[in-house]
Amino acid sequence: MPALQTSTQAVDNIFLFIVAISVALLAGIVITMLWFVVRYSRTRNTEPEDIEGNLLLEIVWVVIPLIIVMAMFFYGWQGFRFLRTVPPNALPVKAFGQMWQWSFQYEDGRTENILTVPQGRPVKLTITSRDVVHSLFIPAFRVKEDAVPGMQTHLWFLPDTVGEYDLFCSEYCGTGHSSMITKVKVIPASDFDKWYAEGSAERKGEAKEGGRELLEKKGCLLCHTTDGTKKIGPTFRGLFGSRVTVVTAGKEHDIIADEEYLHRSVMDPQADIVKGYPPVMPPQKDNVSPKELEEIIEYIKGLK
Amino acid sequence: MNESGIQPGFYAAPGSRTGIFSWIFSTDHKRIGLLYLFSIFSFFAVGVCFGLLMRLELIAPGRTIVGPSTYNAFFTLHGVIMIFLFVIPGIPVSLGNFFMPLQIGARDVAFPRINLLSWWFYITGGLLALLSLFTGHGPPDTGWTFYAPYSIRTGTNVVLAVSAAFVLGMSSILTGLNFITTIHRMRAPGMTWFRMPLFVWSVYATAWVQILATPILGITLLLVIIERLFGVGFFDPAKGGDPILYQHLFWTYSHPAVYIMILPAMGVVTEIIPVFSRRTVFGYKAIAFSSMAIASVGYFVWGHHMFTSGMSDVARVVFSFITFIVAIPSGVKVFNWVASMYKGSIRVDAPLLFVLAFIFLFSIGGLTGLILGALATNIQVHGTYFVVGHFHYVIFGGAVFAFFGGLHYWFPKITGRMYNEKRARLAWLFLFIGFNALYFPMFILGWEGMPRRYYDYLPKFQPLNVVSTVGSWIVATGLILLFANLLRSARKGAAAGPNPWGGTTLEWQTSSPPPHENFGEIPVITQGPYIYNPSKGKGHGTA
Repeated sequence: MPALQTSTQAVDNIFLFIVAISVALLAGIVITMLWFVVRYSRTRNTEPEDIEGNLLLEIVWVVIPLIIVMAMFFYGWQGFRFLRTVPPNALPVKAFGQMWQWSFQYEDGRTENILTVPQGRPVKLTITSRDVVHSLFIPAFRVKEDAVPGMQTHLWFLPDTVGEYDLFCSEYCGTGHSSMITKVKVIPASDFDKWYAEGSAERKGEAKEGGRELLEKKGCLLCHTTDGTKKIGPTFRGLFGSRVTVVTAGKEHDIIADEEYLHRSVMDPQADIVKGYPPVMPPQKDNVSPKELEEIIEYIKGLK
Repeated sequence: MNESGIQPGFYAAPGSRTGIFSWIFSTDHKRIGLLYLFSIFSFFAVGVCFGLLMRLELIAPGRTIVGPSTYNAFFTLHGVIMIFLFVIPGIPVSLGNFFMPLQIGARDVAFPRINLLSWWFYITGGLLALLSLFTGHGPPDTGWTFYAPYSIRTGTNVVLAVSAAFVLGMSSILTGLNFITTIHRMRAPGMTWFRMPLFVWSVYATAWVQILATPILGITLLLVIIERLFGVGFFDPAKGGDPILYQHLFWTYSHPAVYIMILPAMGVVTEIIPVFSRRTVFGYKAIAFSSMAIASVGYFVWGHHMFTSGMSDVARVVFSFITFIVAIPSGVKVFNWVASMYKGSIRVDAPLLFVLAFIFLFSIGGLTGLILGALATNIQVHGTYFVVGHFHYVIFGGAVFAFFGGLHYWFPKITGRMYNEKRARLAWLFLFIGFNALYFPMFILGWEGMPRRYYDYLPKFQPLNVVSTVGSWIVATGLILLFANLLRSARKGAAAGPNPWGGTTLEWQTSSPPPHENFGEIPVITQGPYIYNPSKGKGHGTA
């Protein structure tokens, strides 16, 4: 076997090995079975023979399958070792899962929702979660590892071809699980260096993000809208100052959507649930800073 | 019944009660077996409906019939009902209850009242599960796995659903205890361990898994309840708990639980093959020991559900190794089944058709399990539709197809009447074609990267999802045909006689349906169960 380069090769070789053997075994079993059914049908074979067993055969069909599955185990392990041995020159990126979006933090602190990586350099993701268990899955690179709160896990892959690849959450995490999707963008190394330097420069200038950008970046718009339509949660349009019917501790009552209410709804969303909506919003304490929240509330106030 | 010459058997011996009370308070293992049969298939029907609704929603990306919260409740309820209320009780409580005492020559199980109590626990658990739909803050939306910390934090009705699973666990433990005692203590004179029918061996192996593994589930679910109600941090890291601990505890039960589902089905298959091949089973001891091997090694492979969980790499390697070992006894069974048809005199009636389909579908389920068991390939398919496909090939294609085979095989014994063979074959055809259309595309979808439990998916996944949804309609048609045929035949079928298939095990030596205490006189056993060669005797029939 030539030396492995990518996680895709590592997984695909073993996949083909197991599939080939499995198809052969399945064909053997099914063809033998159907042949017996036809050859020894009651019309052809009226006198059955009572054969109680054969020790040699029993040994054969224990030992040969055992050798086969041990080979599968061994190759599976070998591929796995490759998947778990991070090359020393890998680009370190931190990945955070939270209901229901991914964010990626580069070494200089730059944080993005799309994972942009340079072509040809291995990438190491150190993964954790801010709320429940998620799983970071990039099918094109055959890599996956759970994002567990309070714990750091890792994976690595070699983005060898320029392009855009899907990145999914593959551990069920609630209402928005299937929309917790983003992209891996593989760009030429020189473009990446430029992109990365620009980001750093931008950070130094501390370009202030407005409420609109924050709503997008923090994942609010996965469930809420600003144009008056209902999604998983209520819309922000016309919300401020309006009368909202909420359920608090099982009791229904009306409340005026003032600053205090908006604040509580973001930081402790389970306190008052707007009538007619599921109680699914996670608290945003670790996601939104007090300053960012102020910015967001100012923006919502303006959505008439 | 009498007009067609069929004796009413145990149906005419209601005890001191009448009407429905003669069933729900009966301690006759046959009545309890039928109670269970109707109960579990009622829940099965509900589970099928949720499955059909899920497939309908997935016929196109985006919203089709319901929103994401409702869809998440659908797959949670589909899983909870199918696993805890249908397939785990499944064959042992229905066909096992009815036929295990008959096959060992007993008049009843060892503890008939505990048998009834376990049905009451089952019904209580089932009602609690249904109640969780209509009370609290909406039906549970955690998936049947109740993974923490999501199950701790979600606002939906988790406590009630978890309590339901807890009560169902108690029912399962009691059944296991009862069956083990019965098989140890109540065998007819001369019925040594290696003269027992292999269905009894499989129910015995299953019962050990039930009583040893289920308490772990009970404790785990109690911890979830305590954490939700009193805020004690077992599993939620925000309270100092460990979410990986939850996964270990959950799978320590829930992996052995798949053997609770499949072992009795393997037993049914082993009963049907010799009868329709008119020859003895090949490798009796190999099949008996492989049941026990599956039941014991099966406890030590739970970690393969956690290959991407963040568990240590060493643990992943060890669990992968043991997982491959547990594949061997299942392979031994398949090879012995096929060999049991060699030089037989085979007639392919509906029960054998279901068994042939079982061997094909279960083999695919088992072989795709190798891809899941190998560490490198697991990474790609873990948590995707590949797992959904694999699981349904093993449990629906395996356990449930064998269950259907057993239902047809034992139908004349239960009712005294024969089902309609033509309609049974038609139903089989619909089920077999529909099944493969429904679940095979999932292997491809999973390999291409479509995660499971997805309400919405990328447009590139649509064509195969459409095939799958159409398959679900064909399966539904097959199910309707199958049950319509059985229900109609139970009232209108021709009289079957005591032994329509020429079977050699003890249930065929008594009348159809069997009398209240099974046998006029307890038979004495002098040889093994499956002897068809007239020069050697007639199996248990020689008594």
